Amino acid sequence: MQETKHKLIRFCGEVLVLVALFTVIQYLITAGMLDMYYQINLTSMCINIILAVSLNLINGFTGQLSLGHAGFMAVGAYSSVIMTQFLGQPFAIGILAACAAAAVAGFIIGVPTLRLKGDYLAIATLAFGEIIRVVLMNIDYVNGPAGIVGIDKLTTWPLLYWSMIITILVVVNLINSSYGRAIVSVREDEVAAELMGINTTRYKVIAFVIGAMFAGLAGALYAHFFYIIKPETFNFLKSFDILVMVVLGGLGSTTGAIIAAIFITVLTAALQSFPAIRMILYALILIIVMIYRPQGLMGNKEFGRETLNRIWGGRR
Amino acid sequence: MRKGVLRRLSVFVLMVFVLGIVVGCGGGDQKTGDGDKINVGLNVELSGGVASYGTNCRDGAMLAIEEINAAGGVLGKQLNPIVRDCKSLADEAMSVSAALVDEGIVAQIGPLTSSNVQGSTPVLMDNGIPLIAPAATAPNVTVDEKTGETLKYIFRVCFIDPFQGTLMAEFAADNLGAKTAAIYKDASTDYGKGLAEYFKKTFEAKGGTIVAEEGFVKDDRDFKAALTRIRSKNPDFIYVPGYYQEVAPLIKQARELGITAPMGGGDGWDSPDMVSVATAPNLNNTYFTNHYSSQDTDPKIVAFVEAYKAKYNKEPDAFAALGYDAVQLLVQAIKDANSTDPVKIAEALANIKDFEGITGKMTIDEQHNPVKAGVIIEFKDGKQVMNTRIQP
Repeated sequence: MQETKHKLIRFCGEVLVLVALFTVIQYLITAGMLDMYYQINLTSMCINIILAVSLNLINGFTGQLSLGHAGFMAVGAYSSVIMTQFLGQPFAIGILAACAAAAVAGFIIGVPTLRLKGDYLAIATLAFGEIIRVVLMNIDYVNGPAGIVGIDKLTTWPLLYWSMIITILVVVNLINSSYGRAIVSVREDEVAAELMGINTTRYKVIAFVIGAMFAGLAGALYAHFFYIIKPETFNFLKSFDILVMVVLGGLGSTTGAIIAAIFITVLTAALQSFPAIRMILYALILIIVMIYRPQGLMGNKEFGRETLNRIWGGRR
Repeated sequence: MRKGVLRRLSVFVLMVFVLGIVVGCGGGDQKTGDGDKINVGLNVELSGGVASYGTNCRDGAMLAIEEINAAGGVLGKQLNPIVRDCKSLADEAMSVSAALVDEGIVAQIGPLTSSNVQGSTPVLMDNGIPLIAPAATAPNVTVDEKTGETLKYIFRVCFIDPFQGTLMAEFAADNLGAKTAAIYKDASTDYGKGLAEYFKKTFEAKGGTIVAEEGFVKDDRDFKAALTRIRSKNPDFIYVPGYYQEVAPLIKQARELGITAPMGGGDGWDSPDMVSVATAPNLNNTYFTNHYSSQDTDPKIVAFVEAYKAKYNKEPDAFAALGYDAVQLLVQAIKDANSTDPVKIAEALANIKDFEGITGKMTIDEQHNPVKAGVIIEFKDGKQVMNTRIQP
């Protein structure tokens, strides 16, 4: 009984912290204390967190090097924009369509390519991302290379925040479930996992489809905040940006991915005042971090209750 | 127990420290416009795919700002340029614009490409601050496509893409006396398609006939099949709107097939690679439209070219000239408005008439596009020579 009670209190406490964080920022926005600049960076931050956490599921936990995340983001962005701008549907339908389309794309690309390993898979996913981009460039319905301009701004802070929380919750709970243990076992040793009776392809595809789905969600949120999308926005450099966040945070650490996404967003914004040497400083900081923390900021550890308890000296 | 207290204390101190940094960052950029300075934001591409456009444009704009400040500024105040890099990304352009708005700018110059301008459009529209795009040539930059309304705070100093097609058609029909023409366009970009469409419209309006229409796509390398079909029609003029990567080998192959007809294109031809790939003899009798020519003998342009060369030790390209003109246009608007209020500057910009810029005399029309001249540049033995200036 005592244990359940503690769990309940802890759960309520966590929900309270999440709601409080949301409310504080919502208040700051309504009160006009967070101007547009901060809102834009806050949006980038949330979108980057969703992208990094979902890619970390594929790259970090499942151990499959995917370089096509921007491709899934593009699928999500375009399908949501087609829904809301061309077909006049509400944004909720647009988001659902984005998730569904990206998940389907993830399934289609995942089933054949996840038989490949290591660099072969990386090249196959990279190629897939490029295919998406080139196909979009040649579809006149979505204006080809010029992209779609004047997308209504429908992405709001509550939507962003709770999308981010849902992404993190789904990924964390998936990893802590029996599915998650199977997924991690694929990363640790695929042959051994198979010997233990785990259908490795199935778990790889599951992780891939879920990762792609959240990339689609991020794409939908991105498109409805940044006014313009074009195929060039989702080129392979975008995929690398997300990969940098995952590696910087530590492969296989969700909190690491979150911290790195926040770090990269803040760093990009902070360096805006040094236009000439901006990219040099950015690269330099990344190199320094990787020299001193080659396993990433968090390694494969999580920053959670246990860490807090250890620091704060409370009960485990 | 003491150890626990110490630990909690240190965590608390750390948290206060972090909070201090966050708050400190927030308070830092509350800059109100200094009484004797006019903040002008330069949101340009200094890194990423089109970094060379942004860098040259910034150089041109900075030259203009220096000249104006040396001459005593505007309304007795000095211009204070704030340069920021948008990394050639539309979302970054938006973020940079928001940061510039916080710095208290009266207007933003840049970015260079159409999609990056469109990225920063919502921020400037919401805050009521004018944006002058130096080189965004897509027609939908200044107009909301859905409603057809002109965007109140978005302006440009360059002509729009389709106009180049019109210009070249006039040149081909009037100056070269062409009666028949073939179009071989870059069908993978709006740029190629837009130029071809307006070339056709104007050329046919002038009584000419289009005898063949072919298309290529980006990264094509073999053009012989389509060129052979064009050769069989024997046109007086061949219009090739596209970028130099494809156009240079295309021209080489056309000449190798024995096509001697004059050929023409748009500002996508403007690159040193044209001569190195297509070779000088093959380029004879080819023409392209551009915003300006550094060889123009107009005294204003000569003075600009000399000042630019003296300062940066390089030839000013069209982006530098357009950046220079964007600043000069802004200054004219501030003078006309007799105010540094962004809304009044935007109103003045909309009413600019016969403004004398480096890239020609311009009048802003109701869609915020300048009505201005373009130049025809001819390749002569591998050198770009200005042929003529066409006033619409």
